[in-house]
Amino acid sequence: MVIILISSLRFRLEAENFSPISIYCEGSTCREMQKLGDFKLPHFFNYPPYFTLQPVRETREKQVQLWKELILDYCRTQKIFVIKLEEEFPLFSNSVIERTLSHEAREAFLSALAAEGRAEWLDKGHRSCLILWHRIQEWADIIVNFVKDNGFEDSVMTVEEIRFGIESRRTELHGIDRTILMRALKLLEQKGKLAIFKGTSTDDEGIKFSV
Amino acid sequence: MSNFFSKAEVTSSGRPVFLRNEVECHLLSGVDLEPEDHHNFPPLKSGIFILTTHRLLWLPSSSATTPTSASAIPLAAISHIFSSKKSLKSVFHSPRIRFQVLVSPDGRVFDPGSGSSFSSGSGSRSVVVTAVVRGKGDCDGFLVKFWDSWRMRAWESNETSGSGSGSGLASGSGAGTGTGGGLYSTDGSVRMVGVSGILRKEQEMWESTDKSLQDAFQDLNALMSKAQEMVMLAEKMRQKLLSGTGSQTSGTNDEEMGSKEEIQDWLLSVGIISPVTKESAGALYHQQLSRQLADFVRTPLERAGGMINLIDAYCLFNRARGTELISPDDMLQACSLWEKFDVPVMLRKFDSGVMVIQNKSHSDEEVFARIKSLVTKPEALRNGISPTDAAMTLGIAPAMAKEHLLTAESKGLLCRDISPDGFRFYINLFPEIDPCNIYFVKDYGICSTWIKAVSTSELCLSHRSRVLDYDNGMPTTYGPVSFRLRKRITCNPAAT
Repeated sequence: MVIILISSLRFRLEAENFSPISIYCEGSTCREMQKLGDFKLPHFFNYPPYFTLQPVRETREKQVQLWKELILDYCRTQKIFVIKLEEEFPLFSNSVIERTLSHEAREAFLSALAAEGRAEWLDKGHRSCLILWHRIQEWADIIVNFVKDNGFEDSVMTVEEIRFGIESRRTELHGIDRTILMRALKLLEQKGKLAIFKGTSTDDEGIKFSV
Repeated sequence: MSNFFSKAEVTSSGRPVFLRNEVECHLLSGVDLEPEDHHNFPPLKSGIFILTTHRLLWLPSSSATTPTSASAIPLAAISHIFSSKKSLKSVFHSPRIRFQVLVSPDGRVFDPGSGSSFSSGSGSRSVVVTAVVRGKGDCDGFLVKFWDSWRMRAWESNETSGSGSGSGLASGSGAGTGTGGGLYSTDGSVRMVGVSGILRKEQEMWESTDKSLQDAFQDLNALMSKAQEMVMLAEKMRQKLLSGTGSQTSGTNDEEMGSKEEIQDWLLSVGIISPVTKESAGALYHQQLSRQLADFVRTPLERAGGMINLIDAYCLFNRARGTELISPDDMLQACSLWEKFDVPVMLRKFDSGVMVIQNKSHSDEEVFARIKSLVTKPEALRNGISPTDAAMTLGIAPAMAKEHLLTAESKGLLCRDISPDGFRFYINLFPEIDPCNIYFVKDYGICSTWIKAVSTSELCLSHRSRVLDYDNGMPTTYGPVSFRLRKRITCNPAAT
């Protein structure tokens, strides 16, 4: 018991010596590094001013930058493609410090993402936002790689198969948002890498690759 | 009708043009002017009746259908004013003012401007004119003023020089008593006995009160007549000053300037702001006020911790002055003059518009240092500070504290946190966070201090270790192994 205690202490001390990571986060139940699902939150998530839109320009720029990174990371890991402003989004509130981002703040951060090309407003009223944690071009490249890796160069697939098929399960394409996928496919169609045609039912469109 | 009364000049907006030194005394509306026994002339209906020191004016009201012109009766032409008869009849109909005017041989109201001498018993005809007051108006007051103006004979004092105003007044009062006697002797009004005796008694009583009133107001009248001279004098002084500063080519010698400043002071004490002061650096009055204010405000400044709201200073200063209160404009001007003098205080305006008086020695940096030390305390790291907390620590008013906090925020020292709990400020951690590596925390620096402070509020219980608490950045342990471990810790130099 004592030995375990000493060794754990030493581990902590050594950790303090060498690793730059804060010593409280490894496996303890300390609440500094919270988790949202299985997403690890950074420590400043508990900093109350983080949830208030800062008026001072420099501070605001930094704040916006941090939020952009956080949103993109979260959406990437949780495979979220659309954020609706009026609905509850777990990233936008922190129950520990009892703070929530105001509507104005949410719109500000998402607009910043949109300005960067990492998001798109789906409606004029700015109520719903498409998150492009991969740009459309990147998605297009992923599709091309997917096709090449699996030998689909000259074959035909449906859109749903790309989204939910067995082959895509290991790739990032699995569960991709339909709008984003269609955009990427259209981009590739323009480049002549594939052709989109309507299937038997109106829901399902088919893709003929000619990569 | 225009032939009977003299014509009165009217301005384009319908106001009568007054003669020199003529002052308006009373005004009645809805008045009909009817000369009695003068069948040739239709009466003037429903106009505005104005009493001045020199004339009686009748202006047609704007709703007059037939274009009638304004008429004037010079008071000099009035020979007698009838007192208001209080009879049963007078209760039911509109009040009337009756007076007698002298009529020249050609059928017009006697005009003293025409040059002929005036004497009450010259043998010219007189016509009784009645003014029927149909509108709402103080008829009795009008009558009293009518008597006064008529007695004052302001038109006569004009003809003599300015020094004659005193004699004019004397003659006026003399004329009053003279005509008081003359009314009954030379006028030829029928004496009535019995009931009329009572009426006469009433009249005498009325006149005696009138005389006593006149005596009482003699000083006031004298002042009023002198007031005109004062205004003329002030105008002359102002002109002289203006012309003096205009012609600066001759070179100003100190004596001239000194006397000019004295003149400005006198004018200011009378209440006249010389136009010169507005252009220059401010009259001596404002300079003195400014210095006095700077001296006075030193004590409140110390009490308030080096910064005081301008409004608070204004209230305190006026309270100290007691009687001679200053206006907010004076205060502002006095404060803005401080720049030109060497006084240890200054006026400062914040971004939010709040104006404060602060010591010149006051430095923002010092305040920020104090705020920073306040906001890095563990309690403040956890919960932030509110303006009240800052006010208590810094020893200044909460409004001032809020201004300081907002200024510190704009400098990047603090961040705001708006929540249902209120408006609070935290130390600014954003510069320390690297956006490319958001999970990284430097060992030293404000971020780690903040994390430590936040974590001590929620002590973590791990199944592997004992309760660990942090004191001055060094882990302390409890229990029997503490001694050995402490030694181990202190041997570890990198940990500190």
